[in-house]
Amino acid sequence: MKRLLVLGAGTAGTMAVNKLRPRLSVDEWQMTVVEPSDVHRYQPGYLFLPFGAYTPEETFDDTDRYIPEGVERVRGEVDVVKPEENVVELVDGRTLPYDYLIIATGTTPRPDETPGMDDDAVWRKTVHEFYTFEGAMALRDTLADWPGGRLVVHVTEMPIKCPVAPLEFTFLADAFFAEKGMRDKVEIVYATPLEGAFTKPVASSLLGGMLEERSISLEPDFMIERVDSEPAQIVSMDEREVPFDLLVTVPLNMGADFIARSGLGDDLNYVPVDKHTLLSDKYDNIFAIGDASNIPASKAGSVAHFSMDLFPENFIQHINGQPMTHFFDGHANCFIESGRGKGMLIDFNYDTEPLPGKYPLPGVGPFSLLKETEINHLGKLAFRWMYWNMLLKGTELPLPALMSMAGKNTSVLETPVLDSTDKELEAVR
Amino acid sequence: MPNTTIAGRDVAVDDEGFLTDPSQWDETLAAELATNIGIEMTDDHWAVIKFLRDDYATQGETATTRRVDKVGGFPVKQQFVLFPKKPAKKMSYIAGLPKPHGCV
Ligand SMILES: Cc1cc2nc3c(=O)[nH]c(=O)nc-3n(C[C@H](O)[C@H](O)[C@H](O)COP(=O)(O)OP(=O)(O)OC[C@H]3O[C@@H](n4cnc5c(N)ncnc54)[C@H](O)[C@@H]3O)c2cc1C
Repeated sequence: MKRLLVLGAGTAGTMAVNKLRPRLSVDEWQMTVVEPSDVHRYQPGYLFLPFGAYTPEETFDDTDRYIPEGVERVRGEVDVVKPEENVVELVDGRTLPYDYLIIATGTTPRPDETPGMDDDAVWRKTVHEFYTFEGAMALRDTLADWPGGRLVVHVTEMPIKCPVAPLEFTFLADAFFAEKGMRDKVEIVYATPLEGAFTKPVASSLLGGMLEERSISLEPDFMIERVDSEPAQIVSMDEREVPFDLLVTVPLNMGADFIARSGLGDDLNYVPVDKHTLLSDKYDNIFAIGDASNIPASKAGSVAHFSMDLFPENFIQHINGQPMTHFFDGHANCFIESGRGKGMLIDFNYDTEPLPGKYPLPGVGPFSLLKETEINHLGKLAFRWMYWNMLLKGTELPLPALMSMAGKNTSVLETPVLDSTDKELEAVR
Repeated sequence: MPNTTIAGRDVAVDDEGFLTDPSQWDETLAAELATNIGIEMTDDHWAVIKFLRDDYATQGETATTRRVDKVGGFPVKQQFVLFPKKPAKKMSYIAGLPKPHGCV
């Protein structure tokens, strides 16, 4: 019997066991997944919890319901991987040997990495986050009777999972306060370490415009040093001070600590892998999938999904000693809630930034890329159903795994390149 | 890829003016690039740039500000003093390396 061990039954790990089990003979392969939590959480739902738009029950279900027959689930937490010995040790002392290992333990927010952020005096009182279930619920309670003031939405450091989520939160907050008839009592500031609203130029300028339209001010290039409680403010490495009455931050995101203890991670505990095949740079029998790897793509469920359309074929080739031929391109596809019943959609990969157009059918849609529509908003809401009923179980969706240029408008890229040296330097200054 | 003339030499750059061929880089060029963005190189600046070049040679990618701090030993705060406002971008620009990713 060969042993395949999967660490983590979140989005990526659950999809992986569902896709691999039918492809691996039960007589030859024993499959095990290690997961401490009995509830599987739908993290995209955390965006809606603070505004009371989703009930808590809509964001979780039983972990085991999504683990297929023929896969053993071990309830436990990984303590360390010993890659030279091909064993994994759990915190409770159990040892699990493997022939192949798939790391799918994701990434989590670490408020303790920023001085002052998780001080008892402020944490979950005036300083909040919505990247955990507990955080999103605490923020819901605070927002319910918040009298208004200065709301600062803040991103600590890139990369974070779902990089558009803090922008979406900002748009939804604007709409939430408007609906409550108190938008004039709230000043909204968006502070980011990036030089604009988002990472990629075309989307960044468009999203920046959307902040402006909503009278939300942007504090770019803001690399946080600390959070002060008296006076309540965030302070940057270059001594800029941004006061707040309510801070909603996305703390530093890091991969699981056992990855560092096992000598498998980079400085943020992400596992270095080949970005096309997800095979570890160091070990020929270890893969890292989903948010746990260091691939230069968005850390998003959609990326995990598209990569999982290709990964099983690669895995089978690899265990049979053949070269892997299903190259992943970093395809990401993210709905962006923009408030007031509308949403946008972006579709991009390692090499191509988000562009306007139609998706998935060129010219037809029904979704519009980089444009606010009601259909896009409905797409985001429908995604929850697809997640529980199709994605996790590994059902094929009628969407191509690799990004397609068909349906994208490239004319927006034809801005003059290098028209004057001064202009390029402007960007660096 | 466009070319431009820096320090009397023809070099390949991308649309933001970053060198695209790290092997075309040398210290004369670096000093000129630094002047372009209003930075006068001191020993402290050179130490950081040297770390970035060496690290790129072994890692194949540009160090992030976090790595320049944790591995290189130059605290982020100092990076902001030496390369004001946008250290990640300015350091890689002067070092003739691609902008660090992590920004996706
Ligand atoms: C607020 C928010 C909004 C989002 N919105 C979107 C969206 O709109 N679209 C989208 O595509 N993505 C979105 N995402 C991102 C998406 O949820 C993640 O990218 C996705 O869940 C990643 O899957 P994963 O399997 O890599 O990690 P996870 O789903 O986080 O799973 C990791 C699993 O590993 C387990 N684990 C951790 N440590 C250990 C250990 N030591 N031992 C054993 N098990 C362990 C955890 O318990 C967990 O179950 C959002 C995320 C957040 C936080």
